[in-house]
Amino acid sequence: MDQRSFPLPSQIADVPGAEGWEQMYPYFTRFQPEDDQRFWFYNSMHFPEVIPAFDGVTSEIPYTAIGANLARLFSFPTTLGIEYRIVNGRVYITANPVLDPAEIEQRLPHFQERAGYYYENWDRLYAEWQVRMDALIAEIEAVEIPVLGDLDDLSVVTSGRGFATNHLLRENFHRCIDLYSKMWHYHTEMLQLGYGAYVVFFEFCKQAFPEMGDQMVARMVAGMDVTMYRPDDELKKLAALAVELDLGDLFVEGADPAKVLASLAERGGGGQRWLAAFEEAKDPWFHVSVGDGFYHHHLSWADDLTVPFAALPRYVEQIRAGADLTRPTERLAEERDRIADEHRALLGSEEEKAAFDQMLGLCRQVFPYIESHKFYCEHWFTTRFFQKIRGFGQLLASRGVLREADDVFHLRSVEVEDALVDVMLAWAGGGTELGARHWQPIVARRKEILEALAQWTPPPALGPVPPALNDPAVKMLWGITDETVETWLGDKELDEDTVRGYAASPGVVEGVARVLMNVNDIGSIREGEVLVCPVTAPSWGPVFGKIAAAVSDIGGTMSHAAIVAREYGMPAVVGTGQATAKIRTGDRVRVDGDRGIVTVLR
Amino acid sequence: MTVLTFAELGRSDVPVAGGKGASLGELLRAGIRVPDGFVVTTTAFRTAVGGLGLAERVTALDPSGDLTAACAELRAVVESAPLPDGVAAAITAAYAALGEPDLPVAVRSSATSEDSAEASFAGLQDTYLWVRGVDAVLEAVRRCWASLYSVESVSYRLRRGLPEDDLAMAVVVQRMVDSRSSGVMFTRSPLNGDRSVVCVDASWGLGSAVVSGEVTPDSFVVSKVTGEVAKRFIATKCTWHKPDPGGSGVVDRDVPGELQDIPSISAEELAELVATARRVEAHYGSPQDIEWAIDDAGEVFLLQSRPETVWAEKDAAAAPMATPAARPFDHVFNILGGKKQGA
Repeated sequence: MDQRSFPLPSQIADVPGAEGWEQMYPYFTRFQPEDDQRFWFYNSMHFPEVIPAFDGVTSEIPYTAIGANLARLFSFPTTLGIEYRIVNGRVYITANPVLDPAEIEQRLPHFQERAGYYYENWDRLYAEWQVRMDALIAEIEAVEIPVLGDLDDLSVVTSGRGFATNHLLRENFHRCIDLYSKMWHYHTEMLQLGYGAYVVFFEFCKQAFPEMGDQMVARMVAGMDVTMYRPDDELKKLAALAVELDLGDLFVEGADPAKVLASLAERGGGGQRWLAAFEEAKDPWFHVSVGDGFYHHHLSWADDLTVPFAALPRYVEQIRAGADLTRPTERLAEERDRIADEHRALLGSEEEKAAFDQMLGLCRQVFPYIESHKFYCEHWFTTRFFQKIRGFGQLLASRGVLREADDVFHLRSVEVEDALVDVMLAWAGGGTELGARHWQPIVARRKEILEALAQWTPPPALGPVPPALNDPAVKMLWGITDETVETWLGDKELDEDTVRGYAASPGVVEGVARVLMNVNDIGSIREGEVLVCPVTAPSWGPVFGKIAAAVSDIGGTMSHAAIVAREYGMPAVVGTGQATAKIRTGDRVRVDGDRGIVTVLR
Repeated sequence: MTVLTFAELGRSDVPVAGGKGASLGELLRAGIRVPDGFVVTTTAFRTAVGGLGLAERVTALDPSGDLTAACAELRAVVESAPLPDGVAAAITAAYAALGEPDLPVAVRSSATSEDSAEASFAGLQDTYLWVRGVDAVLEAVRRCWASLYSVESVSYRLRRGLPEDDLAMAVVVQRMVDSRSSGVMFTRSPLNGDRSVVCVDASWGLGSAVVSGEVTPDSFVVSKVTGEVAKRFIATKCTWHKPDPGGSGVVDRDVPGELQDIPSISAEELAELVATARRVEAHYGSPQDIEWAIDDAGEVFLLQSRPETVWAEKDAAAAPMATPAARPFDHVFNILGGKKQGA
């Protein structure tokens, strides 16, 4: 047993000014004394920032779904689900492996029967999944934010509906939460099985070709018609249309989207045509969050046009210069097949080649789901979900319970229900809501707490160093490996000015750092800067055209930042754990994408 | 024939030209750039050394005793015996045909034996670099021959009971490239056997610094499939081997400070090396272990190529890494089913 340890959960100090932070999250998220015995790590991939009270649902609900899928639905033999805790506003997680060989043995036949059914019927089930997911999105879009007038509409009476509109406050709010929960079950429904197929191919490739990078494995598998590329592709099409219609002059860096749209409206038929195309593209392709769908303030492009309008000028410029920005899918597909074929040809025996074909085939069958679910779940659905919650916030603000709509995100979801009942009663009884006096000081205090907690640097891991992570399912579920743990441990020994991570994209570059903690600040990045961020999501794509290198706290060689950096041919170091804590905007840094080292040059 | 040019040789000529000589001829046939040169054949060896009556003297030795004095004597005989006129004339003519007088050449023993241990005694220790002038060449050739009578070589043959009558050695004489950079490369990873990569080690100056391990070289791992550099390590290269400014031989010196930490080959040169390695591998149909050099003009030369043996033997002994399953998803059950791999 490894004697080394990360700090224990019980050793974490309070953050000055954040007293009472515990009230923002449910009791079952708190570290218990016995949790000191277990290994936890900071899930900064999904939760890179402090979690506002309402946004607690984005850890609570996914973990109810993912664990159920593994432990209870498909009976994965070696792993149950994930447990999580929140401390100082950050999510720490641990996996529950199944270690007893007898229990593993018992779970295996169920796994084979259940997972086998899904693999055997994958294409049909995926088609059905898409239908269900589309319906679920339609459902969340259809949820109404009730309007409370002096009198209910006459139609409520004449239709014999039988209940007054205040009833719908709680029902409709709760429907949002219920649909969100269901979305997460759909999200995990096929994902772990899909990852399982990928892990099989991945492990085989690593065994047959030990030098092969994660990236190369992904390239042999990648689908061409990837939904996650669509938003950026749509932007490029809009840029091309702007050039074609001679409207390119309107797209200049730093312009206010509202003003650009107003100017377009005054540019006659061409302007109208562009605006029509823009509206067409927006729904659904602008329902893409600037984050990964885990924070209410990671707005979508549709909510905040700054991000797409920050990218358009550059695309316009490139197209004017004669560049073809459309993804060359045919060439990419040929390249993918060539890479796979040539590696196959390097295998030593016919048996290995046949096994390779099976593994790659299965992988390619499941990969469209892996690549595309994110747009439907974390982006489109979640954008709509947060919009609805904001709508209820607007209702509470209009009734005087909250100062402004977004304050709703400083209440836990059960507290929002309380506040809505307050409104339901006041409307029914003819009295006044009592929530202003109760909730407004709480919201104000929680805003202070969030600010105080944002100053805290969470350790990458807590508790004793875990035994070797060799079970592929646990590795897959955690997303960390022995090497990750070693990197985190080693980080303590590095000097202040050095950050070590995965060498994700080769090359060495020096430049001025731009640390972006909050992705809404994406517009502030300048040409030639080095992006330093907790994690990047697909909607960050446009920013890569400007930067000289990318550094992230979290992510592996298959992470978004790594993939895009390679595509742009710029150095990238990912999975550093602490880049955003050690590097400040304005620092001159050297990014060594060959060795995975970032140095602050002081 | 006592002397054959590289152009006259191919891979089947090991008995006459040794492994190294035959491989240089074969590379030339494959269209690979190799510095000019010729091979002093085993026929020359037999003509020159065969008549000295050494076989009986070796056979009479006691392998368990101290062979130092006896071997020194045998070597002195080989090194001092006058060369038969025909042999000396052929070497002199072949050397003259390479070009300018006093052209610097490398003189290296080229063993005929398949036995790698024997080859290593006879071969590795006897490479003479930057040899200039016909007299020096003739002397180096005789020293190569004499290396067969080193203590290690003789005691090995005696212990194995290898017959002295079969003993033969060829010697390669090759124009020396004044390497700006040089090194070795494998068409599969020497560390883990990965066949999808070419691994290149490179440093400044002559390749002897890399082969002897006197310098930590830059190292590159390049995908054969995409040409991408998967790993790139730029070492601090402190030592280089250079031609002795005095005229002949090689000296080791400190690498100038401004060169120590920069890559010893460019990205384009790396790509050309990898392309060349792939051509050689394809030509032989098996993974290769290659020595190369790049001159001041940036031209790539190969100095040697031999089949990789370590991983080839492991592969032959190993079971397939995977076999087809009844259904593709059975592979998932194998890996996520909790069964320990390989158990």
